Amino acid sequence: MSVIIVATISGRAVPLRGNDIDTDRIIPARFLRCVTFDGLGAHAFEDDRAQLKSAGKTHAFDDARFQGANVLVANSNFGCGSSREHAPQAIAKWGITAIVAVSFSEIFFGNCVAMGLPCLRVSGADAEAIQTLIENDPSLVVTVDVAARQVRVAGQTFAATIADGPRQQFVTGSWDATGELLAGAPQVQAIAAKLPYVTAFA
Amino acid sequence: MSSRTLFDKVWDLHTARMLSSGQTQLFIGLHLIHEVTSPQAFAMLRERGLTVPYPHRTVATVDHIVPTEDQARPYADTLAEEMMTAIERNCREFGIRLFQPGSGKQGVVHIIAPEQGLTQPGMTVACGDSHTATHGAFGAIAFGIGTSQVRDVLATQTLSLSRLKVRKIQIDGALKAGVYAKDVILHVLRVLSAKGGVGFAYEFAGSTINAMSMEERMTVCNMAIEGGARCGYVNPDQVTFDYLKGREFAPSGANWAKAVAWWQSLASAADAVYDDVKTFRAEDIAPTVTWGISPDHGIGIGETIPAKESFAADEWATIEEAYQYMDLKPGQHIAGVPIDVAFIGSCTNGRISDLREAAKVISAHGGRVPARVKAFIVPGSEAVKVVAEAEGLDRIFTAHGFEWRNAGCSMCLAMNPDKLKGRQISASSSNRNFKGRQGSSVGRTLLMSPAMVAIAALEGQVADVRTVLNKIAAKKESA
Ligand code: SF4
Repeated sequence: MSVIIVATISGRAVPLRGNDIDTDRIIPARFLRCVTFDGLGAHAFEDDRAQLKSAGKTHAFDDARFQGANVLVANSNFGCGSSREHAPQAIAKWGITAIVAVSFSEIFFGNCVAMGLPCLRVSGADAEAIQTLIENDPSLVVTVDVAARQVRVAGQTFAATIADGPRQQFVTGSWDATGELLAGAPQVQAIAAKLPYVTAFA
Repeated sequence: MSSRTLFDKVWDLHTARMLSSGQTQLFIGLHLIHEVTSPQAFAMLRERGLTVPYPHRTVATVDHIVPTEDQARPYADTLAEEMMTAIERNCREFGIRLFQPGSGKQGVVHIIAPEQGLTQPGMTVACGDSHTATHGAFGAIAFGIGTSQVRDVLATQTLSLSRLKVRKIQIDGALKAGVYAKDVILHVLRVLSAKGGVGFAYEFAGSTINAMSMEERMTVCNMAIEGGARCGYVNPDQVTFDYLKGREFAPSGANWAKAVAWWQSLASAADAVYDDVKTFRAEDIAPTVTWGISPDHGIGIGETIPAKESFAADEWATIEEAYQYMDLKPGQHIAGVPIDVAFIGSCTNGRISDLREAAKVISAHGGRVPARVKAFIVPGSEAVKVVAEAEGLDRIFTAHGFEWRNAGCSMCLAMNPDKLKGRQISASSSNRNFKGRQGSSVGRTLLMSPAMVAIAALEGQVADVRTVLNKIAAKKESA
């Protein structure tokens, strides 16, 4: 397995306002009837997009100004709800390579780490400030600096947080944990042999 | 070391080693898989040429896409059929036990594992499904995971995880009549919010929890994830042991006493140190119904839809979105809201005690579901179905206008043919009222206990199970 380091990501951004955007909204359940993740990008936020369209409004993912963006800027509790990796996969397949939000649901965050998609947290005020900057000028380049725990845009630097563990995984390229987990097989065997239920309480 | 919580003890016992990232390589004792989140994981295994070193520690079933009416194969839905074929082939190829429809052991993954005695105290449990928290009811540490992590568990029987903080949710006192485990967790969510538990495991404790059956504890732990807590658990006690004894995969014979002694040693110490403690009083909890688009949007049945000002300012946009989506206005009573569909089932409330309670309420009411309401009851597993039918519950349901189905997730997430249509509004015993959750992108969901769903179905509108039953009883008495 090749090691892919995810230390900084730069690009245009798409602001997606709202708290508690759940995984059913990110990818509705009917698109989970599949045996591969291919093709999910086209259906990201499909129902939200359709509803806004029918109300004469435009979802950020349909907005011409944000096409080609690769940084998603959201608000709090982003990705709450189900464990479906289909949700971050759909977002990634749409073209997103980093997410900045006030907070993430735990499982969504874990899925993103396992996919090599960094998620950084900023304060509520900063998330809104970044969203406003992008809305006012969609051509701005946003830099998500995982190593330095910063989001930089339009000459401003916003402090961001990401726990030491995942930060380390991104910057050292060990976010794909399988290789390292496989290497621990002897320790795994040793710990299993000590668990009463594994040894049938013998 | 005596001051550790169950979470700490189980975590430490399963720690294989620390990884370079600072995360823990945690051994997973029980891995459960289903047809929706596993096919891509098996594809990744094949791509990388990996094997499954502990095939007996993974158990598979099918639940999400299984039709609950016509289960003849091949399924009418070709995509569903393709997913079924995939899990059958994957389990065969990697030597994994699969509980198929017709085996007597199939059902919603979080219902069948406890039912078969697979879920036991002190285990680490993982499943590609967020409601894996359910298994914590046994004093297990149970996590929902994504598909890449399903791959990791298959390939290594471990996960790379960061340790969680532990919040004790202490609930004391006796629940009032008509108040159920579902109301307890909806109330906790309402108070602590949908994101209040991020970074925490929730330990549910106190006399209210101790007095609950295993099935009720499962209902509570099931929805820990709706509060942001990746796992919820209850310390194992005699109720836990009594439930497990004699189940197919539970320890037996001479091992039983050894197992019980080990399980007892894992409970949180009396002087355990918690990162946070929140206390609740059972008497403050009313039958609770959600009115909005997040499971923490719950109110007591006697209350009105709250004004946005009663929430933090950063929630106002979401609350306004909820009024609009649900077509409900602040100040409006939740009781009396007409419903179109009533659904009893899911891993939250699809167990036998839920169906018994629904049947009791339906019999006491004595009426019939009005023609304009579609009401259906989906047992959580084939085993639940067998018991319900042996007790005659199915005949009570059908005699009062409810449809009786086969086991599966059904309209909890509507990946099978059971779906809301258009703007329909459902009274549902499931766990999520997200926009579009029940199969229509504009459909609406009101979460409540199975007893409250049963009453809503019969009355055609949201109603207080207690007042309706009291009125009927009084009328009978005076007649
Ligand atoms: S019943 Fe609902 S919440 Fe439970 S596993 Fe099935 S879809 Fe998920």
